[in-house]
Amino acid sequence: MTKSRIDARFAALKAEGRAAFIPYVMAGDPDAATALAILKGLPDAGADLIEVGFPFSDPMAEGPPIQRAAQRALAKGMTLKGTLDLIRAFREGDQATPLILMGYLNPLVTWGFEAFARDAADAGVDGMIVVDCPPEEADPLADALEAHGMALIFLTTPTTDDKRLPTVIRRASGFVYYVSVAGVTGVKEADADAVAPHVERVRRASGLPVAVGFGIKTPERASAIAQVADAVVVGSALVDEVAEAVDLNEDVTRRVLSKVNSLAKAVRFARRGLTAV
Amino acid sequence: MNAPARPNDYTAYPDAKGRFGDYGGQYVPETLMPLVHELDAAYAAAKADPAFQAELAGYLTHYVGRPSPLYFASRLTEHFGGAKIYLKREELNHTGSHKINNCMGQILLAMRMGKTRIIAETGAGQHGVATATVCARFGLPCVVYMGAVDVERQKPNVFRMNLLGAEVRPVTSGSATLKDAMNEALRDWVTNVHDTYYLIGTAAGMHPYPEMVRDFQAVIGREVREQIVEAEGRLPDAVVACVGGGSNAIGLFHPFLNDEGVKLIGVEAAGEGMDTDRHAAAINGGRPGVLHGNMTYLLQDREGQITEAHSISAGLDYPGIGPEHSWLHDVGRATYLTATDAESLDAFMLLSRLEGILPAIESAHALARIGEIARDLGKDGVVVLNLSGRGDKDVNTVAAHLGRQI
Repeated sequence: MTKSRIDARFAALKAEGRAAFIPYVMAGDPDAATALAILKGLPDAGADLIEVGFPFSDPMAEGPPIQRAAQRALAKGMTLKGTLDLIRAFREGDQATPLILMGYLNPLVTWGFEAFARDAADAGVDGMIVVDCPPEEADPLADALEAHGMALIFLTTPTTDDKRLPTVIRRASGFVYYVSVAGVTGVKEADADAVAPHVERVRRASGLPVAVGFGIKTPERASAIAQVADAVVVGSALVDEVAEAVDLNEDVTRRVLSKVNSLAKAVRFARRGLTAV
Repeated sequence: MNAPARPNDYTAYPDAKGRFGDYGGQYVPETLMPLVHELDAAYAAAKADPAFQAELAGYLTHYVGRPSPLYFASRLTEHFGGAKIYLKREELNHTGSHKINNCMGQILLAMRMGKTRIIAETGAGQHGVATATVCARFGLPCVVYMGAVDVERQKPNVFRMNLLGAEVRPVTSGSATLKDAMNEALRDWVTNVHDTYYLIGTAAGMHPYPEMVRDFQAVIGREVREQIVEAEGRLPDAVVACVGGGSNAIGLFHPFLNDEGVKLIGVEAAGEGMDTDRHAAAINGGRPGVLHGNMTYLLQDREGQITEAHSISAGLDYPGIGPEHSWLHDVGRATYLTATDAESLDAFMLLSRLEGILPAIESAHALARIGEIARDLGKDGVVVLNLSGRGDKDVNTVAAHLGRQI
């Protein structure tokens, strides 16, 4: 299983002729039980793959929404081990949806790459995105993940030029993430016209599906990106739903899944020229 | 314990991958990778360019006020009754600390690279003031990120930065201190990649910063070498400096790395004590990990979450340390001691009374260990302590700890 789950899912979506929708949730936000309920509801709400953030005290590439989500999760005692427990609980009911962990390197350094890769694969993780681990520093982690059948998913950005691209995709597997804006998560807005040529360039160079994220907040934007990319990632807009639901004392799970549903529909029907609603 | 092997030539580091042994590296988001490569290439070219070095030397002489004196502290020496104690007077530099050495080098590099906007992080405000100073001098807009907690406790420095034309942005994320200011500066850089130069204040962060900041601060150690040979006819037995991120210490140490007869001693901030969790001693109380672009010793919990540093000295109040120090510690070339808040306050008072010099509370950490070091070396010994900053900025802190209203 593991990485092959990612490959199988993208192959199936390609046959359907549509892009994937990938929601991001922060493990332990607003608490472990609610995060698990959200996670379990995501496939039915339209998630094709799922990114699960594991919290870090110093998330240098995140904008305020995900920074705050990490702080909420840490305040509730969420850990990397707790994150794997969530994944394991999710996997009891779902063997098909690929799960990608996303976060920062230091908790993995603390665990030890080899031991972590073994434990993460065992829990049912399919791939990792490690924001502060660029390809130049990635070999030890990539070796460990590869040995356990997991993908290390690399980020490409507007600053990744043609000269650098081969370095970035050298060890890429699963898919490649294209960061649509130069900036932190959840601040600037992605522009589908500007993104399209980059996606094509990365797709051609890597031979892998290309997911686009950072700066996609609305169904309209998600629909536009879904017409040019192989997958659409939404993170900050979803963790904002968590924060607002908590503030307003609303049902967090229902609110997040409802937002996921509208975004997923927009992605699902984007290439058929249908509206999202 | 198996220490890694000592190199034949310490000055050959960092290696081509920006590593000092296991430490250092470039752990940054992909958006910044092309920029740090560009910076690396630009700095390598500048370093090898005699015109750049001559321009820098000119500003160091006429604007910063270099060379700084090496002063024989006879009363301090007599007080301890051991080795002769010399003070390297970095506190006499323009803006009152060693920070300006690095800022002058980096601002010239930024302009050479065509960058038009400068950002920086600051804790106590010394680096922020030094950055604001060079930005004023060269007419570049300057944004300084400063933890909201530090903005509150360092108001005079915030005002100084404003007087110099800099915008100070209080950072409320995370713990609202220096590490969060650095996170926020990195977020700014990621967002404004086209025109912005990030002027890091210490010999930490991603390659090439640890090397570059070290090189710009190594003027301290080079001057000490010449000055001590002139005064004593030989090299010192030991050189001593306080260590937070470690830029003044590495600047002092570096020109002596290959002189194995010269002991290198850093002093970390032990805060309320090494038996508490309220200290800022990354080497003595932390373990290796990755933060702010480099692998180095860090204060962190069992899960790898970064924990808060605590020190009376805002300038040492950082949970990491420059990667070259981590390596020098592991190979055993340098020794890292600690001094508590209380010991540093005592040393602050002692130097003020004996030599008529108010030391920065940061530098007072090194002074807190100088008595033992001088006695260990004995009367025939010679030791140089880097007086990295002046203490005028700390009088409110010292007064508060003495229970005095000023």
